[in-house]
Amino acid sequence: MSTGLGDNEIISRVLRGEQNAYAELVNRYQAYVFTLTLRMIKSREDAEEVAQDVFVKAYRSLADFRGDSKFSTWLYTIVNTTCITFLRKKKLDVHSLDNEKVFEVADNKDSGFRANLIEQKSRINMVNEAITMLSPDDAEIITLFYKAEQNLEEISKILRLETNTVKVRLHRARTRLKEKMEKNFSEEVKNIY
Amino acid sequence: MNQEQNIEQRLWAYIDGISSSEENTSIEKMLQGNLEWKNKYHELLDVHDMMKAAELEQPSMRFTKNVMEQITQLHIAPATRNYINKKIIWGITGFFLTLILVFLIYGFAQVEWNSPSDSKPAIDLSRLSEVDYSKIFNNTFVNVFMMVNVLLGLVLLDRVLANKRKKFQNQG
Repeated sequence: MSTGLGDNEIISRVLRGEQNAYAELVNRYQAYVFTLTLRMIKSREDAEEVAQDVFVKAYRSLADFRGDSKFSTWLYTIVNTTCITFLRKKKLDVHSLDNEKVFEVADNKDSGFRANLIEQKSRINMVNEAITMLSPDDAEIITLFYKAEQNLEEISKILRLETNTVKVRLHRARTRLKEKMEKNFSEEVKNIY
Repeated sequence: MNQEQNIEQRLWAYIDGISSSEENTSIEKMLQGNLEWKNKYHELLDVHDMMKAAELEQPSMRFTKNVMEQITQLHIAPATRNYINKKIIWGITGFFLTLILVFLIYGFAQVEWNSPSDSKPAIDLSRLSEVDYSKIFNNTFVNVFMMVNVLLGLVLLDRVLANKRKKFQNQG
């Protein structure tokens, strides 16, 4: 049930001791947080566990949210650090854009997806599947920009990068996504263009 | 960067609305008169629209319940700005700056500035092992410096204890 209250108002209530008010924030952002974690972690079970962990961490540190940025920007910073910590524990390198292993994983996924291409896919499914084929870095930046509606400055805060670097990374990620779509969904892409 | 990449980069910036007004005018001109630009623009715009339309993934139905169950046993941690006292940070900064400054002054005071240019350098590093450190630490200058540090340390300790006392009184 949505209360219609602003994020900051809900946070003030939680800080005053109304713990149940936090459920509204969880409801509001769970799909965004889960999508982001899933883009980085790939496994649904792990992503759900990490997404829950993100909300628990955010609750614990809620007093540190100063309100000088959007709550979502602050929350996605926690998503980013929690996912990186999780992946580090799993000994996956998420930093390098040119990490061969990541692309190997993504390419292996390609072949699995190709098998399902017999059935026609909607444009939306096609994009979602193409995003899952990207490296965690690329998938994260695209999700932050398009789904989490964060602008370049906000993404630079979340990822702790220069705005120009974010711009370049976003451009590269979009180019790779376009390539993935052309490679794996050539028929559907032809119909679109 | 090849020409196609350059066109793409400029068009993405145009689609995202982050190009300057001059750049916008220049791109609009190209879109009107150049077929290659026009086709590329529509291609990128389609990808852009599809990405916007991509759906969010939904976690399990129990997601919120699970989070709320986990936080019932937790308390919100006090804000870091409340327990990190800025005065203490300034005190520590002051201490280290004083330390650096004193060493610099002491070092420069030891340099023989008037030595002739053809003589050995003012500080002969090879002779460092011959330095009698007991003399340095008997120096009045160093003693004063050490005393200032001890005083600064006591002031810091006093502040920490005063804060703890205040906190204890508030709780009481």
